[in-house]
Amino acid sequence: MAGKTITVAIMDAPYESANSTTALRIVQSALAKGHNVNVFAYEGAVNLTMKAQAPHPNPVKGTSAEQEAHPTTKDWVASLFKMAKDKGVKLDWVNCGLCVDERGAGDWVEGPRRGGPKDFLDASNASQATLVIPTK
Amino acid sequence: MAKYLLIESRDPFDSADSQYFAELIQGLAKRGNEATVFLVQNGVLPVRKGSKYSTVIADLVKSKIKVVADRFSLKERGIRQLVDGVDTADTDRLVDLLVEPGTKAIWH
Repeated sequence: MAGKTITVAIMDAPYESANSTTALRIVQSALAKGHNVNVFAYEGAVNLTMKAQAPHPNPVKGTSAEQEAHPTTKDWVASLFKMAKDKGVKLDWVNCGLCVDERGAGDWVEGPRRGGPKDFLDASNASQATLVIPTK
Repeated sequence: MAKYLLIESRDPFDSADSQYFAELIQGLAKRGNEATVFLVQNGVLPVRKGSKYSTVIADLVKSKIKVVADRFSLKERGIRQLVDGVDTADTDRLVDLLVEPGTKAIWH
C-alpha cells in the first residue's frame, strides 16, 4: 500500500503533550512505508520546527545536556525531511503563517514552508487519508 | 457501510468524555459500519486487565469491534496484561488502517 498521500494536521506546541510525539511517529511510519506526507502545523505546533531549540542539562540530577541527550522536535522534523529524501517520497510541511507571526517562530530548520488553512484544505483534497490531531 | 478508524488518546480517569467516545464507537458498529479502535497514549490505560474501565474495552471486543493498542504507549506505561481480544501494534499498523480506501479517521 505504498505511494499514497496522507495529510496530518497538528496543533500542540512541543514538549507539552504526547500528541506531538505520536504525530511525529505517524509521519515517520508513513514515510518509511513509502507514502507522501503533508503536515499542516497550526497554532502552537509551528514551534516544533524552531531552529533555536536546544537540549538542556538536568540540574536536579547533575547531568549535562550531552548526558541527558534530550531529543528536540526540530531535530526530529529535520530527520523526517532527510528520511523523505532518502526514501524518494515527499514531505510537505506547512507552518501556518499567522501562527508563526504571533509567536515570532519564523526561524526554522530546513524544509518547512509558510502557508495557511487553504493549504491544509488543498492537501486534504489531494490525499487518500487525512488525520486531524486536535489539542485537548 | 462506512469504515471508521477511531483513535482514542484520552483515558476515562482523566477525561469523562472518553465514555461518550466508546458509545459513539458502539453506535457506529450497531448501524453496520466497520469500526476499528486504535488506543494510543493514555488511551491504553483501560486495556490493562483489572483496570476499573477495562469493561468498556471488553464490551467493544464483545461487539466484534477491532481494538488495537499502541505497543509504544503500553511499554511506556508498563502495561503487559491486556483485556482478552485486544491486539497490539505500532504506528505502522495505524498508517495501514488510515490509508485503507474509504476510511474516515477520528482522533479523540
